[in-house]
Amino acid sequence: MATQAEHTTTNRRDFLYVATGAVGAVGAAAVVWPLINQLNPDASTLALASIQYDVSPIEEGQSVTITWRGLPVFVRHRTPAEIEEARAVPLSELKDPETDEERVKEGHEQWLIMIANCTHLGCVPVGEAGDFDGWFCPCHGSHYDTAGRIRRGPAPANLVVPPYEFLSDTLVQIG
Amino acid sequence: MFNAKSILSAIALAGAMLLAPAAQAAGEAVPIEKQSWTFSGIFGTYDQNQLQRGFQIFREVCASCHGARLIAFRNLMEPGGPEFSEAQVRALAAEYEVADPTAEGGMRPAVPADRWPSPFANEQEARDANGGALPPDFSVLAKARGVTDAFPFWVFNYFTGYQEGGVDYIYNLLTGYHEEAPEGVEVGDGQYYNEAFPGHLIGMAPPLADGLVSYGEGEDGSTAPATLDQYSRDVAAFMMWMAEPHLVSRKQTGFVVLLFLVLFAGLMYATKRKLWAGIEH
Amino acid sequence: MSEHSTYVPGNAVEKWLDDRLPVVRFAKEHLMDFPTPKNLNYWWTFGAILVMCLGVQIVTGIILAMHYTPNVAMAFDSVEHIRRNVNGGRIIQATHAVGASMFFVALYVHIFRGLFYGSYKAPREILWILGVLIFVLTMATAFMGYILPWGQMSFWGATVISNIFSAIPLVGEQIKQLVLGGFAVGNPTLNRFFSLHYLLPFIIAAVVALHIWALHVPGNNNPVGVEVKDSRDTVPFHPYYTMKDLFAMVVFLIPFAWFVFFAPDILGHPDNYIEANSQVTPAHIVPEWYLLPFYTILRAIDFNVLFIDSKLGGVIAMAGSMLCLLVVPWLDTSKVRSGAFRPMFKWFYALFVVNFIGLMYLGAQPAEGIYVVLAKVCTAYYFIYFLVVLPVLSRIETPRPLPTSISESVLGKAHS
Repeated sequence: MATQAEHTTTNRRDFLYVATGAVGAVGAAAVVWPLINQLNPDASTLALASIQYDVSPIEEGQSVTITWRGLPVFVRHRTPAEIEEARAVPLSELKDPETDEERVKEGHEQWLIMIANCTHLGCVPVGEAGDFDGWFCPCHGSHYDTAGRIRRGPAPANLVVPPYEFLSDTLVQIG
Repeated sequence: MFNAKSILSAIALAGAMLLAPAAQAAGEAVPIEKQSWTFSGIFGTYDQNQLQRGFQIFREVCASCHGARLIAFRNLMEPGGPEFSEAQVRALAAEYEVADPTAEGGMRPAVPADRWPSPFANEQEARDANGGALPPDFSVLAKARGVTDAFPFWVFNYFTGYQEGGVDYIYNLLTGYHEEAPEGVEVGDGQYYNEAFPGHLIGMAPPLADGLVSYGEGEDGSTAPATLDQYSRDVAAFMMWMAEPHLVSRKQTGFVVLLFLVLFAGLMYATKRKLWAGIEH
Repeated sequence: MSEHSTYVPGNAVEKWLDDRLPVVRFAKEHLMDFPTPKNLNYWWTFGAILVMCLGVQIVTGIILAMHYTPNVAMAFDSVEHIRRNVNGGRIIQATHAVGASMFFVALYVHIFRGLFYGSYKAPREILWILGVLIFVLTMATAFMGYILPWGQMSFWGATVISNIFSAIPLVGEQIKQLVLGGFAVGNPTLNRFFSLHYLLPFIIAAVVALHIWALHVPGNNNPVGVEVKDSRDTVPFHPYYTMKDLFAMVVFLIPFAWFVFFAPDILGHPDNYIEANSQVTPAHIVPEWYLLPFYTILRAIDFNVLFIDSKLGGVIAMAGSMLCLLVVPWLDTSKVRSGAFRPMFKWFYALFVVNFIGLMYLGAQPAEGIYVVLAKVCTAYYFIYFLVVLPVLSRIETPRPLPTSISESVLGKAHS
């Protein structure tokens, strides 16, 4: 400050400047936050973050592919044979060890729900194909078993299971 | 500083006021009676019960001809609106079908994320069903209509934040039908005489009448009269919400912002004065 | 006057930077130490307010552009999408729309300040010309921006104004089609106006930089119009005017925020909430309020003059009105700069202000009855003021005696 002022008023003056600066900083932050938050997903996108799907039309041994958050998702109604086959696999044989129970919901073990992107480079694997009775990715030859776990090929991980829960025996909410 | 200027400005203002009557005559502005709305003014909010009643009117009476294509079902459960429950909204949505190319048959039941489906497939179908007239979409209709006030009243509106011209007009329209047209006015086939409608001849038959829709009880047990007047207020309020769903949070934020700015301006002024103390200026 | 660099780099890093790109030195010289007349009143804060407005429009505009779709089938809905779905979208959109109006409020105050205090006089002619250029660029930007929501007023306002081009003799129709990208306002028009609306503000920013540079050569004008004699007449820009300008900006934000949060649509037109329809013309096509004075002048010429038809005449008059602003430094040759010391000038200036407000009011009225006559009267006075009053006053007016210096004029006015 250039002008000469009585020293007795220095403290009062400084407090005013500090207070003004602090209030200004709060105001600036309050302005900046919405400008950044507008980048976050908007309400119409968030509305599609969670979907409910009725699985009753899916027959045993049948699979459908639905869309969730812009991604393809397999919903497969597994046969008891497929479930048994998955549970018989020792964990030591798995590149990404996961039990079948960990990949399904209790009481709804016949329903296998997974994001349909190969964990290698993202292609959609073909169902009921490959050497392990599950899925086969034609892009680079990854084989998945009846629980969607990687058994052979370049993919590093099992097919991703999204967050979901069964609202009833036939209604599943994904996301 | 500008003494001459301020005197001249005052004279100009007085002169302009003399022009005010002319302004009214120049346009075909129909006198619209202003109404009181819960959402007007600095502290305005929507009345949840009124919005729910208004939605009922929209759905049972208006939606057969008027669309609301910018409204999503999920909006009905969002805060600041009719605030129906999620279960109610899901059930409501499921009653309507929307186009979906991935669905079997190309149509599927709607979900909350879907928008309100149009009652007609296209504009031509809408016109054919309504004697050549196109029923306007309701989504922003409450903002697409307005009231022009004469000078100096439009100046006052800037200070009161008057934004309810659209709903005032809509209320006046819905309650403005006359059984008999005045002397000398020819009302053609498929036309109806309306006080508020520009030109007075409207293609829409009076959509509302006493007792047409039976109101249940509100969530707090309140009731409202099943009258044309009440229906008109309620559906107009609902239309305001459709046009401005974020009105409540906007005004609440605005109050805090203005308070902050006044406080901050005071601090800045004190700072400026302290800095400049002792400088001859 | 312009070289006051007392900057000494504080440490080795500062010196390293100063030797390569003297940004700190530049900032100190022009934003902090710059000697500014100490008697500037609050009319002088609008320059800084305008910089704030430009910043607000650019920031909110860039954000809106992240969510907007410049296609005739989707534009209207995308703006509604911003209002309804984007986080904070209603406020960001309202800030941009209201911000355009506040920009012009500040522009008009800033220009009228210049006209009263003779800020356009030598040696500030280039400063003034750059300012008029900024004004015209801003009007072009606002005009193109208004088409983007693709409402009825967007479409029809653009139709009416683009018809201006067809008034040009011989090549008018071709030029109009070149500008529109078609035979009428349509998707090509919308797309290119979006691109140019995004571009122009940065050109404006560059011209603003030149404007401030041109200001810093002679330094600011001041309310008594007497040039700075020595350092007793000035104070450093920081902290005196940085804080005063910031205070003024906060006060300016109060009506700004009032409109944004409580009356966001009051400055606009309800018809712009109706999607553009080339088959239906609104009852009254009205530009945004800040373009109204020039719209009045355009419409006022409804008669032919020799071989110039009324349409071309209106275009010439409108262009002429902006040209008058441009050449004001050579129309007003009075040796006295500030209107505060020119008693006759003050009256004519006050009348000019009232007349300008009249031009603004008339632009929103239908071209019928008494409004037609009044528009001609007000247009006439606009030109008479620049082309007759100012030159004549320069010759015949006896100004009041000027103070010998700024310091003398503020003697005894210390606020303690």
